[in-house]
Amino acid sequence: MSLASFLKSRLVSAELDQHINRIRKPIGTLGYDPWGYNNEAIKYGLSITKQIYEKYFRVQAHGVENIPAEGPVLIIANHSGQLPIDGLLIGYALASREKDARIPRAMIERFFPTVPWLGNLLNEVGAVLGDPINCAKMLANGEAVIVFPEGIRGSGKLYQDRYQLKRFGNGFMHLAMKYKAPIVPVGVVGCEETIPAIANIKPLAKALGIPYAPVAMPVVLPAKVHLNFGAPMYFDDLEIPEEQVTERVETVKAEISRLIDKGLSERKRLF
Amino acid sequence: MTEQRRPHILITGAAGALAQQVIEQLRDTCDLVAVDFREQVYLGDDIPSYCIDFNKRVFEDLFRRYQFDGVIHMGRIMSSQLTRMRRYNANVLGTQKLLDLSHKYGIKRVVVLSTFHVYGAVAYNPALIDESAPLKSAGLSADLIDSVELENLANIYLWRYPELNITILRPCNIVGPGVRNTISTLLASERAPVLAGFSPMMQFIHIDDMADAIVLAYKKPTRGVYNVAPQDWVAYQHALKLCGCKRFPILSIPPAVPRFILSTLKLKSFPSYLMAFFKYPVVIDGRAFAKEFEFTPKRPLKEIFRFYRDNKRPV
Repeated sequence: MSLASFLKSRLVSAELDQHINRIRKPIGTLGYDPWGYNNEAIKYGLSITKQIYEKYFRVQAHGVENIPAEGPVLIIANHSGQLPIDGLLIGYALASREKDARIPRAMIERFFPTVPWLGNLLNEVGAVLGDPINCAKMLANGEAVIVFPEGIRGSGKLYQDRYQLKRFGNGFMHLAMKYKAPIVPVGVVGCEETIPAIANIKPLAKALGIPYAPVAMPVVLPAKVHLNFGAPMYFDDLEIPEEQVTERVETVKAEISRLIDKGLSERKRLF
Repeated sequence: MTEQRRPHILITGAAGALAQQVIEQLRDTCDLVAVDFREQVYLGDDIPSYCIDFNKRVFEDLFRRYQFDGVIHMGRIMSSQLTRMRRYNANVLGTQKLLDLSHKYGIKRVVVLSTFHVYGAVAYNPALIDESAPLKSAGLSADLIDSVELENLANIYLWRYPELNITILRPCNIVGPGVRNTISTLLASERAPVLAGFSPMMQFIHIDDMADAIVLAYKKPTRGVYNVAPQDWVAYQHALKLCGCKRFPILSIPPAVPRFILSTLKLKSFPSYLMAFFKYPVVIDGRAFAKEFEFTPKRPLKEIFRFYRDNKRPV
């Protein structure tokens, strides 16, 4: 038995293997898609994430059934916690749902492809460089795409600013309108407490070429995470001025804010 | 009854394996003339073959003598060949001469073979790059400038002289028997260098499929620029594994380190100016060509890699 088969037999359960195989993805003959997604790598990724999702963060997800079973959809959420753990958990919630499971694609920071090993690893489990062309092509392919419109403004914020939504970019709304993709808003509660940062050393970040250099404990704390998926929001594709697009973005932002408040009220304890 | 005149076609880059495949496909129905910048090749008694510098005056004599109807320009000197200056002269000035003569002698169809390298490998590349994307390669390395310039020239002629019916093809990695480019040399080697931690997505097209694509393009006079790539993808290091190559990792960060190592080693099969192509993906979208010319590649990736695995030690 080769090392790969041995690891697979230990890590990936037969049930999960069948579950992934049932989710049909547009891939080539060697299991890859143009963005580097790999059907075998995702099996390892989801097996590990299952432990993190269920045992470490003890995630409670509500309304994941709101994500349509097929066709293009944008899953829009608040970003927090220095690392893209929120994207991982939202992705697992959708990939593991019993009925109509889908493997979503997460748009990631432009910094990641430059990091050896990590960049490729993220691509293999479905993450994609956060470029509007990538997002557009994936929506055209009928994929479910996770977008954090706050970008690094959201993930790099300090603990004192927790659960305050930063400025949303308008790009996702233009894409949703153009590709007639519904928007499913998600409120993530708990990820702010996973890596609480008290300061950001900007000169160090600049010197290292990374988006931010947080002053935080070098561990990921096991905060309890609540994911609240809202009802799909539909927007027409009329030619409208940018001001009205911004108004639409604000509607989505308000809905996410409401879902965060819901999550915060549901939360009994931090850990 | 007068017999209909067979099309007369000038084929450049005739010493290359791809050009010879194209010649094989066309020789029964067309009168071909083969030229190459580098060497003269024997292609049978029915095909005149010349070793000619396009910038010399005698090149024009061929146009006068053979009265060509079309040109298939596959004579781009690859980045790993000759010096930078000689490549520039051949690829840019030579191509300009070729297109000028094509215009002067009323040629009705020109197919120019370019490369996906013109897009350039940068960390921020989206996947499925289409034909309208900017050509970033010139900003990456001076060694790729002549390839971009060749394209730009062909583009200028495409719009200025619509009667030339120019089609520019940008294929992904062409591989298979007889191909002598960088990627084919790597797949055929026992040990292939990789940049540690980087395994970009790549596309490969079999030389036979590429020859089919060129012939199809020649036969349908649709002007424009087209990517040529199958709808199949694989990570570079996975491709090496399937070809039975042992991987030889080169330290990849900070970027100055691998550049220094590669320029010191002077590896012909892994030149430092192509380093970015082994780090970041350049995945092109070949759907427009497939649709316009009804093209479907017939050789799958597994078959391509099997050839390299089975031919590691030639008998």
